[in-house]
Amino acid sequence: MFLAIDTSTGTGVALVDGTGKIRASRVLEDTRRHVEVVGTFIQEVLSETGTAPAQVTAVAAGMGPGPFTGLRIGIAAARAFGQGAHIPVIPLVSHDALALEWYENGGTGELLVTTDARRRELYWSRYTGLDTDGIPVRVAGPSLDRPDDLDAAETARLADGTAAPHRVDAVGIPAGALGILALRVQTSGREHAADEALYLRPPDIAAQGPRKRVS
Amino acid sequence: MNRENPLVLGIESSCDETGIGIVRGTTLLSNTIASSMDEHARYGGVVPEVAARAHLEAMGPSIEAAMTEAGVTFEELDAIAVTSGPGLSGALMVGVGAAKALALSTGKPFYAVNHLVGHVGADILDTRGEPFDYPTIALLVSGGHTSLLLVRDLVGDVELLGETIDDAAGEAFDKVARILGLPYPGGPQIDRAAEGGNPAAIRFPRGLSLPKDMAAHRYDFSFSGLKTAVARWVERAEDAGEEVPIADVAASFREAVVDVLVTKAINACTDLGVPRLLLGGGVVANARLREVAAERAAAAGVALRIPPFSLCTDNGAMIAALAAQLIMAGKEPSSLGVAADSTLPVTEIQVAELTAGS
Repeated sequence: MFLAIDTSTGTGVALVDGTGKIRASRVLEDTRRHVEVVGTFIQEVLSETGTAPAQVTAVAAGMGPGPFTGLRIGIAAARAFGQGAHIPVIPLVSHDALALEWYENGGTGELLVTTDARRRELYWSRYTGLDTDGIPVRVAGPSLDRPDDLDAAETARLADGTAAPHRVDAVGIPAGALGILALRVQTSGREHAADEALYLRPPDIAAQGPRKRVS
Repeated sequence: MNRENPLVLGIESSCDETGIGIVRGTTLLSNTIASSMDEHARYGGVVPEVAARAHLEAMGPSIEAAMTEAGVTFEELDAIAVTSGPGLSGALMVGVGAAKALALSTGKPFYAVNHLVGHVGADILDTRGEPFDYPTIALLVSGGHTSLLLVRDLVGDVELLGETIDDAAGEAFDKVARILGLPYPGGPQIDRAAEGGNPAAIRFPRGLSLPKDMAAHRYDFSFSGLKTAVARWVERAEDAGEEVPIADVAASFREAVVDVLVTKAINACTDLGVPRLLLGGGVVANARLREVAAERAAAAGVALRIPPFSLCTDNGAMIAALAAQLIMAGKEPSSLGVAADSTLPVTEIQVAELTAGS
């Protein structure tokens, strides 16, 4: 049983069994209530399926990209759950779950996914399909750009007549798909995403300048 | 749940310290602290986003280190406790998110508690003599807080008598250190610079101590005006081409801070007839504060209590200790729906206790 947690957009929690079936899931699009709901969501997917914590075999953690304050909560929760249950945590790029879901639902060809990065910017990733293990092939991203700049880059890239990718501007990350991705990553025994939060932005700070006079 | 002598793991992440503490009843088993202080130094103060990112990275290893030091397993724990406020929101959220998930994966009850009351609870772990009786006055002084509390009952009745209306005392030390060209954190730097200085050289203002202010703000503090007064004094000296007597300025500034802190705390003891004063918070590291507090407490017939420094700064042990007291007093766990509350009032000792029907 895989527990998937993602707070890179809103909050998504899901439980996926060893056959890749989504057994329970919870989602809240609100991007300001991650810390309030993450515990309750975990509790609910466990109780709804009659799953004891000891029956969870791995935790899938959506590492982003995502705006920092919310993103961290899901990662902290995923790591702590894994630590307390003595089970592995599988870090994943959150956008990969969107791609997996889109291709599983019959999508073909190139896919560009975006999520809101706030401050009038977008996080984006581009894919070409699923590989033989059923894992999305990400060929660009995750990256951060202003919408106009992303459009301009795409226009330039497609200038030679390449077909435009299908584009999904997502409001949330499907935690169920994240759990399925974790299962496929683990089954394939392949290297997965780095175990680090994908903020894609440095903290907002400037080193101190000279002291200002008060008089 | 074992309510006699509960084994509790406490998580603290309200500022720049990731603290994990483990206690059994009133016995300290581990007090593990990872600090991001060095990362804030070049910015002259705690940068919330830098602190929050550091919490995320330090959380797992700190929990692991604390468990190893205490020599206990997750299965043996009776409860998981966490600071849910007050503090920096983004920083608090890392601890709260981790604590909830840890409670769920280990199947242990979850207790969300108040950071400031935790500082008072730290006293319980002090093995040098019996813990304080209640009521007691508590003066909590750090880079983020300057609060005077009346604690009638650690788990049931804590009242805020007063607090800073602008900068925290520790913040004032940081800002004045900067004025004097000293690095961050300012507390130890000012202490060092003040050595050999004359504390009576310059009469800096004592915030909210004039009769007109005492009417409305008897137990409140203000350090913003003091910081500006120091800056003006230094600028005047510089403009006049004089050499700034750093030792005298540091000693006089420190004296102003310590004087107002101790005066108001002792006032509270005398006014309210409470002959006990407990100090807590990182500024307790300041030797002059401890010295003046000891002198004036003795003169006023007030018993003074200062926990060891490792329990005065932010730490998870005090959070675990407070939760253990709540458990022993029969309090039920907190709701898993608890939010991080950056301005949690001290009257909320435990947040969102689950009661029948909730």
